[in-house]
Amino acid sequence: MSLAAPGAPTRDGPLRRLSDLFMRRPRLFLALLLTPPLLWLGVAYLGSLAALLAQSFFSIDEFSGLIVREFTLKTYGELLQPANFDIIVRTVVMAALVTLFGGVIAFPIAYFAARYARGRVKALFYLLIMLPLWSSYLVRVYAWKLILAKEGVITYIADHTGTRGLLDAWLSLPVVGGPSLSISYTGTFLVFLYLWLPFMILPIQASLERVPRSLIEAAGDLGADARKTFSTVIFPLALPGIVAGSIFTFALTLGDYITPQIVGSSTLFLGQAVYTQQGVAGNIPLAAAFSVVPIVIMGIYLTVAKRMGAFDAL
Amino acid sequence: MTTPSTIPAVRFRAVARHFGEVRAVDSVDLDIAEGEFFAMLGPSGSGKTTCLRLIAGFEQPSAGTIEIFGEHAEGVPPYRRNVNTVFQDYALFPHMSVAENVAYALMVRGVGKAERLAKANEMLALVKLANFGARKPAQLSGGQRQRVALARALINHPKVLLLDEPLGALDLKLREQMQVELKTLQRSLGITFVFVTHDQGEALSMADRVAVFNAGRIVQVGRPEEVYERPATRFVADFVGGSNVIEPEAATRLRLPAGAWSIRPEKITLSATGNGPLGRVESLQYQGAQRRYVVAVGPDRLSVVTAAGTTAFTPGASVHVDWPADAPTRLEG
Repeated sequence: MSLAAPGAPTRDGPLRRLSDLFMRRPRLFLALLLTPPLLWLGVAYLGSLAALLAQSFFSIDEFSGLIVREFTLKTYGELLQPANFDIIVRTVVMAALVTLFGGVIAFPIAYFAARYARGRVKALFYLLIMLPLWSSYLVRVYAWKLILAKEGVITYIADHTGTRGLLDAWLSLPVVGGPSLSISYTGTFLVFLYLWLPFMILPIQASLERVPRSLIEAAGDLGADARKTFSTVIFPLALPGIVAGSIFTFALTLGDYITPQIVGSSTLFLGQAVYTQQGVAGNIPLAAAFSVVPIVIMGIYLTVAKRMGAFDAL
Repeated sequence: MTTPSTIPAVRFRAVARHFGEVRAVDSVDLDIAEGEFFAMLGPSGSGKTTCLRLIAGFEQPSAGTIEIFGEHAEGVPPYRRNVNTVFQDYALFPHMSVAENVAYALMVRGVGKAERLAKANEMLALVKLANFGARKPAQLSGGQRQRVALARALINHPKVLLLDEPLGALDLKLREQMQVELKTLQRSLGITFVFVTHDQGEALSMADRVAVFNAGRIVQVGRPEEVYERPATRFVADFVGGSNVIEPEAATRLRLPAGAWSIRPEKITLSATGNGPLGRVESLQYQGAQRRYVVAVGPDRLSVVTAAGTTAFTPGASVHVDWPADAPTRLEG
C-alpha cells in the first residue's frame, strides 16, 4: 500500500474491501443499486398491469357469473355499449376540463414562485402548496361537501352578497347544474380542481425555475414584447412542466372513484365503474377493460404531446 | 473624438442606478461616439455591467438622463430600442435551432419564414457558421455559440451593439482569435460597439476608447494608450496593467519631485553601472518573453519587467534602477 496517502486509514475489514470493489467495478455497484427497485417495478407493478390487461380479454358467463378464461373481445364490446361509453366520455371531459383550468390557475402561481418569490416568500409558497397534502384526502373532500352544500358557506355568502340569483341561475343550467353545488358536476369539478392543483403547480414551477433570466431579456432585446416573449420563449420552455402537471391532473381525475361519490350527481365516473364492476357486480373482466381505458388515453395523450414537441426542451 | 456638432451614439448625464442601499452606478457622465469601439473596464461590482444594462433598457436609471442617438431612453422598453446585446451566457434559446435563434428578431417583427431564414443564413455565413443552421445550440462549442449570439444580435442592424463579457467563457487561444475577429467585424459594419470586460488586456487591444470603472463611477476615459501611459489615479495605475505606485514619502527617496507617481514596470531599466538609485534584486521570475524582478531600493520595492534579450541579474545582485524622464506619471491626490 505504498500509494496510500500518509495518515490515511489502513485498508482492511470487509466493508472497506467491498467499497474498494465497488470503486473498481462501478457497473456492479449500479446493478446492485438497481436490482431491488427493478424487481419491484417488474413484478409488482408491470406484472399486475399485465395481469389486468389479460383479465380484460376474458369474459364473464352471464348465467353462472364465473369468469371464462378464454381470449375474447366480448368484454370490450360491452365497454362500448352506450351506458358504459357515456361513463368514459363523462370522465374524459371532466379530466380534460380539470386539467385545462388547473393549468390556467397554476401557471401564474408557478410563474410568481419561480421568477419573483425569494427567501421567506418562497418558503411560504411551498408551505401553502403542500399544506393541503398533509391532511387526509377524505377529510378534505368531506369538507368540500359541506362548503358546497345547500346550507354551506357558499350559499351563505351568496345570500349575503346578493348573488344568490346568480348561483341559482348556474344551478338551473342543464348539465352543470343540480339541486345544490354539492350534488352537481360543478361541485365535482371544483373539488377535483382543488385536489390536484399542487400537482400542476409544482412541475410548472420547476420548469420555469430552469429558464434563465437572460433568455427572457434576450427576447425583449431582440424586439419581443411581453406577449411575444411569453408565446415564443417562456411557454415553450415551460411546456415539459405543463405536460408533466397535466399528466398528473388528468390521470388522477381519470382514476378517482371517491370524490365523485361524495360530491356530485349520482352518475358514475370511470373509477366508480371499475369499483362497482369488480366489487358488487363481480365482473372482473369488465372492470379490467374499464381500467385499460385511462392507460390507453394517457398513451395517446403522451404520443400527441411528443409529436407536438412538448419534450424538445427537456 | 466627439465633436459638439455630432450626436453621440450614447450619452449619459449624471446617471445613477441604486439597488436599495447599493449604489451600483453613482453619477456617470459618458459620451460614446457613433462607430466607436468603446470598452467599459473595471473589476466586478464596479458598475460597468449595470451601465450596459441601462443602455439595453433592462434597467432604468434612478437618476440622470440617457440618450441614444439624441433620443431620451428613460422608460423606453428594450424591445423598442435599436440596441442589441450579446449576453455573457449567450442566452441562446435552447428549443430553437441555430437558424431560428438568429432569425428570432425578424420572426418577432413578422418577416416571412423563407425570407428570415435566408437572412439568418447570411448572418451565419458572416460569423463563419454557414452550415450550422439546423443544429441546436446544445450541439455547439462555446466559441460557436458566441458567434451565433453575435449573428443573432446583428441581424437587425442595431445602431449600438452591446457585448457583456462576450469572450469571458472562451479559452485563451479562442479569445485572442475572437478579439481580432470582433474588431474586424466592427470595422466592416461600422456599428457602435460597447463592450464590457474585466480584462484590461482585452480592453486595451480592442477598444478605440476605454472607460475605467471603480465603485460605480468612471475614474478615467481615454484612448488605450492614454489610459495605460497616463493613468489618472492609483486605481487605474494598478488595475490597468499593474504599475509601481510611488507614494509621496517615497518620491524623494527615488529622486522624484514631490507627489504620488506611477511608473510602469517595463519602463524601468536595470544596470550594474548606472546613474539611478541603487537597489538589490529580491526575486526573479522567468516568463519566457520577459523577466519580472522585484528590486528593493532602500525601504521601497519596485516591480521591473525586462525583455528576455537583456542582461539577467540574479537575486541578491546590486543594480541601478533608471527610467526615462517621461516615464513617471503624476497621480491625482
